[in-house]
Amino acid sequence: MAAVTFSDVSKTFPDGTTAVSDLDLETEDGEFMVFVGPSGCGKTTALRMVAGLEEISGGEIRIGDRVVNEVSPKDRDVAMVFQTYALYPHLTVYDNIAFSLKLRKEKKEHIDKRVREAARTLGLEPFLDRKPRALSGGQRQRVAMGRAIVREPQAFLMDEPLSNLDAKLRVQMRAEISRLQRTLGVTTIYVTHDQVEAMTMGDRVAVMRKGELQQVAPPQELYDHPLNLFVGGFIGSPAMNLLEATLERSNGGLSAALGDQRLSLGEEALAARPALKRYEGQKVVLGLRPEHLEDAALVTDAPADKRLQGEIELTEALGSELMVHLKVAAPPAVTEEVKELAADIGADVAAELEEAKGEQQTTVVGRFSAESNVKEGETTEVAVDTRALHFFDVESGLGIYDETKGATR
Amino acid sequence: MRRPFDTMLALAAAIAFAFLLLPIVALFLRVAPNDLIGGLGSEEVRDALLVSLKTSAIAHVIVLLVGTPVAYLLGTRSFRGRGLLITLIELPLVLPPAVAGIGLLAAFGRRGLLGDELEALGVRIPFTQTAVVLAIVFVASPFYVRQAIAAFASVDRTLLDASRTLGSGPARTFRRVALPLAAGGLAAGSSLAFARGLGEFGATILFAGSFPGVTRTAPLAIYAELDRSFDSALALGALLVVVSVVVLVAVKALTSWTLFGWTSPSPSAPSTSS
Ligand SMILES: Nc1ncnc2c1ncn2[C@@H]1O[C@H](COP(=O)(O)OP(=O)(O)O)[C@@H](O)[C@H]1O
Ligand SMILES: [Mg+2]
Repeated sequence: MAAVTFSDVSKTFPDGTTAVSDLDLETEDGEFMVFVGPSGCGKTTALRMVAGLEEISGGEIRIGDRVVNEVSPKDRDVAMVFQTYALYPHLTVYDNIAFSLKLRKEKKEHIDKRVREAARTLGLEPFLDRKPRALSGGQRQRVAMGRAIVREPQAFLMDEPLSNLDAKLRVQMRAEISRLQRTLGVTTIYVTHDQVEAMTMGDRVAVMRKGELQQVAPPQELYDHPLNLFVGGFIGSPAMNLLEATLERSNGGLSAALGDQRLSLGEEALAARPALKRYEGQKVVLGLRPEHLEDAALVTDAPADKRLQGEIELTEALGSELMVHLKVAAPPAVTEEVKELAADIGADVAAELEEAKGEQQTTVVGRFSAESNVKEGETTEVAVDTRALHFFDVESGLGIYDETKGATR
Repeated sequence: MRRPFDTMLALAAAIAFAFLLLPIVALFLRVAPNDLIGGLGSEEVRDALLVSLKTSAIAHVIVLLVGTPVAYLLGTRSFRGRGLLITLIELPLVLPPAVAGIGLLAAFGRRGLLGDELEALGVRIPFTQTAVVLAIVFVASPFYVRQAIAAFASVDRTLLDASRTLGSGPARTFRRVALPLAAGGLAAGSSLAFARGLGEFGATILFAGSFPGVTRTAPLAIYAELDRSFDSALALGALLVVVSVVVLVAVKALTSWTLFGWTSPSPSAPSTSS
């Protein structure tokens, strides 16, 4: 087992596409590191450079103490799990799992023992004699895992290993892979575009955008203290609501003006983000997480200056909670990052965003308690937990925190 | 609407099959089974068949040994000029065999492009068995290489990547993964190329001549016999058909056997219910 270290790693393809730029990242030995980001942000390329399948254009990758830039893939001692599993159709499950051991010319009994052990761990024992095509998606995924673990590599590299499974199986395999990784204690780099996977599986999560690392942190820290708008908007489901606000001084404190409405920020918000004072009179991007919104009728002492008014467009009763989409008369934040995040969800989402901007209307998603009685079409009052608001610089997209760290990383 | 259309399709198929099979049927109607066996007794016929089999076999080995790596390169790497190279490989397909023969003479003949160099080495190629082999290689190789390129290109690239991360070098990846996965296409191309080589006529007669026992292959012998006796030409033709069919069936069987080996679950596998 060994740590994997990226020092200033870049990749430019012969056609001029720069897929990864100046990636600096150190995984710890035994760590579960997740690379997450929209599709096309360079996750796979970064992983393939570690595996040796893609040449490194600049910088250095180390596995343990060894610089591997010039080491051929077969000598890097890492095991990669591919998005499409890459199982050999002409070999049985047994031979697929045994593939690397046979290459190493290990003793037959030893190979057999290892393959059967892995098969037992992964619940594949009944299928050892089958060809991959006679397996379900989940079973194939397990074979791919088995083929990786019997190698006892220095590190696992997994490229969206669950993206071809249905939702239910994905949840199950998520837990299984996490458990397996913890048991084996092997350094793992896990690539996904699904931020839920990233949050639930990673010891730390590295968020990437257009080939650039945005932030590396444990999931909760990423969630609570996104360094920039992109991270804030990408991490979290449903996503953070992003509105354009103007910071104003009122009654001695700061408040955020959203269209004609005002949210008083209170002392705590300011104490946590001293740099906010510098933005007085300026536009900022205000981030509201859905769980920090609640039906005002259910909150006993929600002051008037910590409420927003909006028209309910849609409610989704999930049993445990009520997901509410409401239209608030305030412009959405539309920056490069926001457009990119919208485009990653779908072209129609990006188009809607532009439209909303024109109408000065933002659809805000709130996570209300299941007891809420709001109805579609109603105008309702929403209590906002202003201690949990996020603020970002409109120009740089950086999170507004304290003076020193402020707008730099 | 469907009826007339289906009838038309059936009619076209019937005409095609009748036309394609007629010469072969005619051949065997004219040649009694005894003559077929008897043909083997004639020295000319035996010589011609031996020359054909020997040169075809050697040419085929060359095609496979050189063509396979070329096809692997062209099928799995992308680089500038790849399309052009593939077109060049296909060129002999559209070249009239007689032109191929003249071209080979112009290249390897005594007064050809490489004539002086070959002379200096003391090598004489035209009108030898080597020339027959070269003619066959030139004319038949595209049939194999083209199909082999397609076969290698259709091997999932991540399977090759996976093999490399699992500890095998490029050579072993080729042998353990690419080759078995492309085997079906390779075998099909191989049988086509062999059949084409066995029937080679135009390039051979121009480049190698038609010397009995040396460069006179079965197709050339048929042509030579035609002047002497139509019947023995017929007998030789029928024999060549038999040999070709045997070869074709053998290669086809090999192909489908390999494919069958992959697709069927192994006999010891338990039932699919889990
Ligand atoms: N072989 C290649 N040649 C040129 N560009 C490539 C190649 N592979 C990937 N890219 C480009 O590099 C960028 C990053 O791709 P990738 O690493 O696959 O992203 P991700 O895995 O995050 O979706 C994309 O813009 C993609 O089009
Ligand atoms: Mg990818």
